Amino acid sequence: MRPGTVWRLLGIAVLAIACALAIYKLPMNLGLDLRGGTRMVLEARDTDTVKADEDAVARAKEVIERRVNQLGVAEPVIYRQGAKRIVVELAGVKDPQRAREIIGRTAQLEFKDEQGNVIMTGSDLKNAAAGPDEYGRAAVHFELSAEGAKKFEKATRENIGRPISIYLDKELLSAPVVQSVIKDKGQITGIGSMDRAKDLSMMLRAGALPVPLDVLHSEVLEPILGKESIDQSKIAAIIGGGLVVIFMLAVYRLPGVMADIALGVYALIIMAVLASLHAVLTLPGIAGLILSVGMAVDANVIIFERIKEEMRGGKRLRAAIEAGFTRAFGCILDSNVTTLITAGVLYIYGTGAVRGFAVTLGLGILASMFTAIVVTRILITTVVDRNPERYAKYFGA
Amino acid sequence: MNIIGRRRTFLAISGVLVAMGIIALLVRGLNLGVDFTGGSLLRLRFERPVTAGDVAGVLTGSELADMNLRKAVIQPIRGTNDVQVRAQVGGRPLNDEQVDRVVSALSQKMGQVSVVESQMVEGVIGRELLGRALMALVISCVGIVIYVSARFEFRFAVAAILALIHDTIVVLGAFAIMGRQVNSPFIAAVLTIIGYSINDTIVIFDKIRENLRLRKKETLEELTNKSILQTLTRSLNTVITTLLAVVALFIFGGASIRDFSLALIIGLTTGTYSSIFIASPIWLEWRMWDRARQKRQAAAVRAKQPGPAKAR
Repeated sequence: MRPGTVWRLLGIAVLAIACALAIYKLPMNLGLDLRGGTRMVLEARDTDTVKADEDAVARAKEVIERRVNQLGVAEPVIYRQGAKRIVVELAGVKDPQRAREIIGRTAQLEFKDEQGNVIMTGSDLKNAAAGPDEYGRAAVHFELSAEGAKKFEKATRENIGRPISIYLDKELLSAPVVQSVIKDKGQITGIGSMDRAKDLSMMLRAGALPVPLDVLHSEVLEPILGKESIDQSKIAAIIGGGLVVIFMLAVYRLPGVMADIALGVYALIIMAVLASLHAVLTLPGIAGLILSVGMAVDANVIIFERIKEEMRGGKRLRAAIEAGFTRAFGCILDSNVTTLITAGVLYIYGTGAVRGFAVTLGLGILASMFTAIVVTRILITTVVDRNPERYAKYFGA
Repeated sequence: MNIIGRRRTFLAISGVLVAMGIIALLVRGLNLGVDFTGGSLLRLRFERPVTAGDVAGVLTGSELADMNLRKAVIQPIRGTNDVQVRAQVGGRPLNDEQVDRVVSALSQKMGQVSVVESQMVEGVIGRELLGRALMALVISCVGIVIYVSARFEFRFAVAAILALIHDTIVVLGAFAIMGRQVNSPFIAAVLTIIGYSINDTIVIFDKIRENLRLRKKETLEELTNKSILQTLTRSLNTVITTLLAVVALFIFGGASIRDFSLALIIGLTTGTYSSIFIASPIWLEWRMWDRARQKRQAAAVRAKQPGPAKAR
């Protein structure tokens, strides 16, 4: 083997190992359609005072992230869709009602004096926790920030003997009469159940939403790849992949082996890229992968047919391989660029499922072009260079 | 093998297929899932575990026949006795009375049932998905036309797009005829078919383009036929390998992805068919028609100006 060839083979091996490591280290995120859970689509609404602009929606998303973290859901997926929408996907959560209550509530807490002036809001709170009050009723105990403490001290001093009303999203919770000056701690009663107190304290810790969000859609998705179905799909994938490998071997013999190895490298690359981009794999995403596998095979088939043709035209194997790859390149490029155009436009304009499809398709095509044009070529020339005359018959001319 | 010689036959077959597809779409229409139409999302709680089949049996039973709930999507929620039902009546969410009727019909057969949650689902998200996917397709068709016109010629671009539309209509029509439900994964399947169709067509066009450069004395028909035959092995080998993977998915992949893989099987088959038998013949007919027109015009010009023609 020539030294250049050794380096190239080594390069492929290193690439394959790096990809395998990445796949091993980074978990593949399965989409909600594959593993089931609750999906909610929320839309920010303008109010008289606040406009649901870019900044407000971005802050709302942060608040939701904090709330979801408090819920303790593993690997939540929260993303924006368009200008005003936020999509929340909670794997495994099967009680959408509670999730909706916690995530969708504005949770704007307001303390008002008798004249209706706002003394302070939920943002002045430093911490909040649920617990019983002195009569055993559900309550939220809160601590105030330095800023909040100042406001509250002033307000309680001015309002001794008068009530301060506490509103949650315009709903009156309670209106305790101020007994003494309060500095940095207090409690909210009139909440109802202890569960509600827990939810409320959770929301107060995460902060209020800057704008109200309407729940456009919420539903529980049962996993397409449920327990038994995941096994079934794995079997399907193994059988499908196996059939492709066997077919390539049967039809193309020696180059088929090289193509199969190249397809293996392709599979490693695409999975590693998807994992490192933290892409979420959905059923439409799998459709994109199937198509790009088809195109990876196609690129190899085009090259091999081309080599055969060149040999029929009278070229010797080594020259036919060179010409075959060179000539096939234009064809592979044109056919893949047209598909890439579609993938690109679908990514830019598509939503949800369509986007997932576009991502795997686009990346899959790039990976398939790379493996067919670079990896297959290196493998084939390496083998053939050892003894061109001997291998000629394996190329089926 | 003379494929081009019988091109009119193939074009006619496809014409019939497309017409059937369009009629099916107009008459039967697509069985749109709740994703797109909107409707009600009910969460029902039973006293004991029930299966989707049990619930479906009641929903499609004679008692509720007038509501036509055949399209309802029923999902038992694992680990609970709850069942989520997505349904619509005449494209609208169920009203309170209809929900009551469903509940009483279910409780007669399956014991105590309570509605844990009843929600209106608007079809906004699904319709938006569909609308934006359509818009994206139109834009990408424009992109493809520009790219193919630059690398090949305009006629190739239009022929490729026509083949793509052909495949889409056949798949949509097949789903309309079979009454299978159209949901978000189906949209992805159609997009896959479009991607495959265009890719497959371009490979054949690439061969025609190459042969045009090397053209000697053969006719355009001969040249096109030769190009198709030269790429035939590749076309078949590629579609067979891809189909192997998809058929495995169809047979072993479980019920939930059966419709999805079925759409792919139909689409990959028509995609290959249209690349071989439709796209190139359309291009050929058009090019020959253009040539004939140019000749006629040239002849007309010569006829009108006898002077200079004689002088030469």
